[in-house]
Amino acid sequence: MAEVGEKIDAKPGSRSSRNALLQLRQLSPLLSLVALLLLWQLITSAQIYPAFIVPPPAAVGEAFIEALQSGLLLKHLGVTLEEMFFGLILGLGIGLSIGYAIAKAPMLEYTLSPVIVAFQSTPIVAYAPLLVIWFGSGPTSKIVTTAVIVFFPSLVNTIVAVRAVSPNLRDLMTSLNATPWQSFRQLELPSALPVVLAGLKTSVTLAVIGAVVGEFVTQGSGLGYLVTSARNQYDTPLVIVTVLTMTAIALSLYSFVVLLEWRWLAWRRRSKR
Amino acid sequence: MKLSLRELVVDFKTPDAGRLPALGPISLEISPGEFLCIVGPSGCGKSTLIRTLAGLQPATSGSVAGDDLPITGPLSTLAIMFQDANLMPWRTVIDNIALPLELAGVDKARRHKAVNELLPQLHLQDFALSYPAELSGGMAQRVALGRVIVQRPRALLLDEPFGALDAMTREKISLELLDLWREHRQTVVMVTHDINEAVLMADRVVVMSSRPGQLVADIAIGLERPRAINMIYRETFLRLVREARAAIDLPDS
Ligand SMILES: Nc1ncnc2c1ncn2[C@@H]1O[C@H](COP(=O)(O)OP(=O)(O)OP(=O)(O)O)[C@@H](O)[C@H]1O
Ligand SMILES: [Mg+2]
Repeated sequence: MAEVGEKIDAKPGSRSSRNALLQLRQLSPLLSLVALLLLWQLITSAQIYPAFIVPPPAAVGEAFIEALQSGLLLKHLGVTLEEMFFGLILGLGIGLSIGYAIAKAPMLEYTLSPVIVAFQSTPIVAYAPLLVIWFGSGPTSKIVTTAVIVFFPSLVNTIVAVRAVSPNLRDLMTSLNATPWQSFRQLELPSALPVVLAGLKTSVTLAVIGAVVGEFVTQGSGLGYLVTSARNQYDTPLVIVTVLTMTAIALSLYSFVVLLEWRWLAWRRRSKR
Repeated sequence: MKLSLRELVVDFKTPDAGRLPALGPISLEISPGEFLCIVGPSGCGKSTLIRTLAGLQPATSGSVAGDDLPITGPLSTLAIMFQDANLMPWRTVIDNIALPLELAGVDKARRHKAVNELLPQLHLQDFALSYPAELSGGMAQRVALGRVIVQRPRALLLDEPFGALDAMTREKISLELLDLWREHRQTVVMVTHDINEAVLMADRVVVMSSRPGQLVADIAIGLERPRAINMIYRETFLRLVREARAAIDLPDS
């Protein structure tokens, strides 16, 4: 994922450098995609595998258009997005606030760490069924699954980021009689933002996993359900379409965070030169 | 503002629950408008003294006072400048200097006006919108100085303000600081490890012993003002430097 970020980060640099060689370099990631598509086409043309196992790109394209036109894809996409949205809000909200509290009160970390580490060490797929038992097969269980998986990286990143705030700058704020709110708004928040946003990149991609795993378990709606039902019908093109849709969600959210970095961390870009 | 230390002692807790005496007992009075320099061996408690005056470090015993009122927390009339520039990397030069005004609730137009008036004196007029990482060490230190001056404090506490700079830059900024001080005549307490710098700038140089720091010499500097760099060749200057050096117990080279 880090690679994608670098590519997106690198794009705006082209404005200043109109060098042909550089432009070629920026196109090169596209080349790997084209190569992958060609390979795929080649494998299917050679009929190494039957079409229901590896369908040709054209079949997947058709399945995509069909799924779009029938409204099937958008319906399930909508469900997944909604679960992810609320799951992200919940997980980030709790992760950020508990993380901040722990960073401010080390005693709290001592108390909470067994629970947190236990939480983190359990694979998400393992407790998704449990969450369904507790929260039902409606959207709530998937929201909670998403929240749980998003929670940990945002917690850890917040703790690291707030602890890394320069003690000298804290002294400065104290010497200027800053209120707690001013210290938070003018020092802790801007200082922690780079690390928190980096964590957010992990969180948004994990959110897709959380929602989809929840949908695998319950069966009903959402992209996770669509994948399973398409597989049961041996509709491999639709499986691929759905998987690629999940990839697209993750990439879009990731790019959105990169965009936030671009806007909010302009000073870092300037400082790098 | 008059600053006084009365029998000030500062101890720190050690990890094994013991106490590390860092400073004192030390008594010292700094008259209003006086420029005092403190020199002393590394680790003798100079920063601790400055931090106590700034209200950032509680006294273990004894007291510090500003105009005879005990200092127990940061005062708005007292400004501290730290050893490194200590700027916020996400704020531009102008916003770094304006930070104290912003925290005091001064509106944007007025604080930018105040900072813009200051920038030429600090030779920063072309860098108002630069970020700290785009500045040289000397420029960053000027921004830190601006952030102190903009508060219009009645006393300045400077902890090795130019310690990280090369000799030529620091000489230049030191004289600039003297110019700024001449206009406002705040009380200044400045820590430095450079005896020449201390004698060149101060009305009075005090020398501290190694930890726990106590006063071992209190030298009045009679040189006339404004000070100029060529004073360092004078016989009186050299005599004062030698006197301070002897008190620190360095070989007279
Ligand atoms: N927060 C602290 N906790 C524990 N010990 C401290 C703390 N701050 C300073 N000390 C100790 O107190 C002593 C004096 O420290 P201080 O920083 O005041 O020295 P200094 O004279 O400023 O030294 P330097 O010239 O190297 O800056 C040192 O021995 C230091 O280890
Ligand atoms: Mg020090």
